[in-house]
Amino acid sequence: MGEDFKIIENYLMVKMPEELDHHKSVYIRKKADQLILKEEVKNLVFDFEETKFMDSSGIGVIMGRYKMIHYLGGKVFVIHADSQIRRIMKMSGLNKIIEIVE
Amino acid sequence: MNEMKIEFDAKSENEGFARVAVAAFMSSLDPTLEEISDVKTAVSEAVTNSIIHGYEGREGKVYIMCKIEGDVLEVVIEDYGMGIENIEKAMEPLFTTKPEMDRSGMGFAFMEAFMDNLVVESERGKGTKIQMIKKIGTTSWLGETE
Repeated sequence: MGEDFKIIENYLMVKMPEELDHHKSVYIRKKADQLILKEEVKNLVFDFEETKFMDSSGIGVIMGRYKMIHYLGGKVFVIHADSQIRRIMKMSGLNKIIEIVE
Repeated sequence: MNEMKIEFDAKSENEGFARVAVAAFMSSLDPTLEEISDVKTAVSEAVTNSIIHGYEGREGKVYIMCKIEGDVLEVVIEDYGMGIENIEKAMEPLFTTKPEMDRSGMGFAFMEAFMDNLVVESERGKGTKIQMIKKIGTTSWLGETE
């Protein structure tokens, strides 16, 4: 179980790890940025299906990629986030700039 | 009363271990899933701060002390790193000294939101001590917070 990157048409799909903290976020940021630039994707989907823990590092990962995707004219989506993770996203105001699909 | 202390290297791979250790220690208080998640998030924020801000990736140790008294959990997280220059500024939501690392600046805001009380002591060149307190068993009957 772990992070996983897939490109479907102009969407980059990122499967988030079970525990999304600072340790895990370093690799996800790097890999996602590489793919966004190299594959010229427009939109980004973060899939939280397997994620059971997230701290503010996760907010940073999403916020940083949002800046990039927004600049490129695309959209960022969060899917399959449980109530705990949605609560953290709401507290940081992330729900105002990205689409959290329930 | 029940106490425990742990000491570990300031390495990012220990962030998971630290929050799980505290969560396991508090299990005798019969916390709800939400309370466990709150404490894990707060511990993760404080430990991450010690590692990336306190020691800035250099070698060092992080110390955690936990105490249970009645239904109250106290967690102290300490480092002997560089200390915080301006605590008030550091605690402002969205403020970060490391935007290039995509830090969200929400660390202290989450510690404050998820715990009942937060005290930050820091001295430049000496280190930082975070003390957090949470009463366990009070949120379950308050219903959903959303």
